[in-house]
Amino acid sequence: MEIARHWRLKKQRYALVGEVCPHCHAKLFPPRDVCPECGGEAKTPYTFSGRGKVYSHTTIYNAPEGFQEFAPYTVALVKLEEGPMVTAQLTDLGDQEVEIGMPVEMVTRRLRTDGDERGLLVYGYKFRPLELYQVAAAD
Amino acid sequence: MNEKKELNEKESLLLQPSHPVGIVGYGAYIPRYRLPAKEISRVWTNGMGGTPIVEKSVPGLDEDVATMSIEAARNALARANIDSSKIRAVWVGSESHPYAVKPTSTIVAEALGIVPHTQAADWEFACKAGTEAMIAAIGLVGSRMARYALAIGMDTAQGRPGDALEYTAAAGGAAYLIGPADEALAVIDHTYSYVTDTPDFWRRAYQKYPEHGQRFTGEPAYFKHITSAAQTMMEFTGTTAQDFKYAVFHQPNIKFPKRVAAKLGFTPEQIAPGLLVPMIGNTYSGAAIIGLTGILDIAEPGDRVLMVSFGSGAGSDAFDIRITEKILNRRDRAPGTKAYIARRTEIDYAMYVRMRRKLVMR
Repeated sequence: MEIARHWRLKKQRYALVGEVCPHCHAKLFPPRDVCPECGGEAKTPYTFSGRGKVYSHTTIYNAPEGFQEFAPYTVALVKLEEGPMVTAQLTDLGDQEVEIGMPVEMVTRRLRTDGDERGLLVYGYKFRPLELYQVAAAD
Repeated sequence: MNEKKELNEKESLLLQPSHPVGIVGYGAYIPRYRLPAKEISRVWTNGMGGTPIVEKSVPGLDEDVATMSIEAARNALARANIDSSKIRAVWVGSESHPYAVKPTSTIVAEALGIVPHTQAADWEFACKAGTEAMIAAIGLVGSRMARYALAIGMDTAQGRPGDALEYTAAAGGAAYLIGPADEALAVIDHTYSYVTDTPDFWRRAYQKYPEHGQRFTGEPAYFKHITSAAQTMMEFTGTTAQDFKYAVFHQPNIKFPKRVAAKLGFTPEQIAPGLLVPMIGNTYSGAAIIGLTGILDIAEPGDRVLMVSFGSGAGSDAFDIRITEKILNRRDRAPGTKAYIARRTEIDYAMYVRMRRKLVMR
């Protein structure tokens, strides 16, 4: 049972909320309150766009406890548009081959159950191929 | 004098907010997996049974009503382009909430940055929980208690293996951001609700699959409630089927909405853009309102739309909707419903059984 930890991490997990450094404007994920670029204090929340590219990937067949029901699944290093690299599962791949450089977008999905079927449902970010178009036009 | 009194009584049956409201943003969601109805027929009837639809959507292993509602709501907010912290209610209607006790709506509100200054609650009324949430949102916004309220209808519907409902019980739904009419891409002029205690379909506590009254689900349930709601709405607003460009009805299969539309005087062309059930199945709380997203994706300013939901148990909510010019530059800000339908991976019955967790693992 890790209720407190899941609760503490919900903003970054559900919506990729990291931080932006007020000094050098670097974007931080996961949030760590100190900028790794300039060493200054960086506590301003910043919601990432969720867009990125696959930097590298691997498929898990022998999954760790809590993830067995999803195996086989693909885990990727995703280089976010804003700079940081995150490790996350890929989802909604269908029959699609994963390629390095493949554009992906963040979705919020069920990650696992905390414990057995009586436990908390843990939600968080995964990435899927960017195939549904998204146009940002001004009103 | 008497005539006027009679009119007022009739008008009082319509639900009309004191301040005009409408849809500021809308968003659909359909999972990518599809189970063809002929695959179910292959397993259970040796391929000899008729099939009520072409195929149904199936949620992935990591999807549920919370995750699907989050994506639909993100699409609605992308179209509305408002600050999510101004939303004062997040209401999710479903009959497949992930928890028996713990709201889906707080998960959705948290993921969208709507917390903490908001109402949040889960709704249930079989297949009309989504339109119930919409009407409540109209009340909240129309009374100016709130500027924006988010109403969602979403389901990962359950069907007993081999039962008639297994062919159609699907996953998907839509989210609607309700707000002031002057910001709306579609104004909701009136709604009308028609409800009775009619036991056509139910699921008792702790049961995995619902029970239904076979043919009893037709005449006294679906047809009675939808026609009563639609006819009363049209009578009180002085309209006929010809006054509406489009109509969308709850769609548990292909036959029912087509028959009810014809009975009410609507042509096949009027219901075609909102009739998604052949390709995605019955999305229960999402069925009528995801059909409406298909219409909003193509409608023109000035078009009038009639939407009538149906929930077993039983009741119907009718909506009189008028499209505004704001639709034109908002709809392309999020993926259209057709894009979700086109995004498709076919699965067989074995994969379906795994994905719907029908195997006992321990």
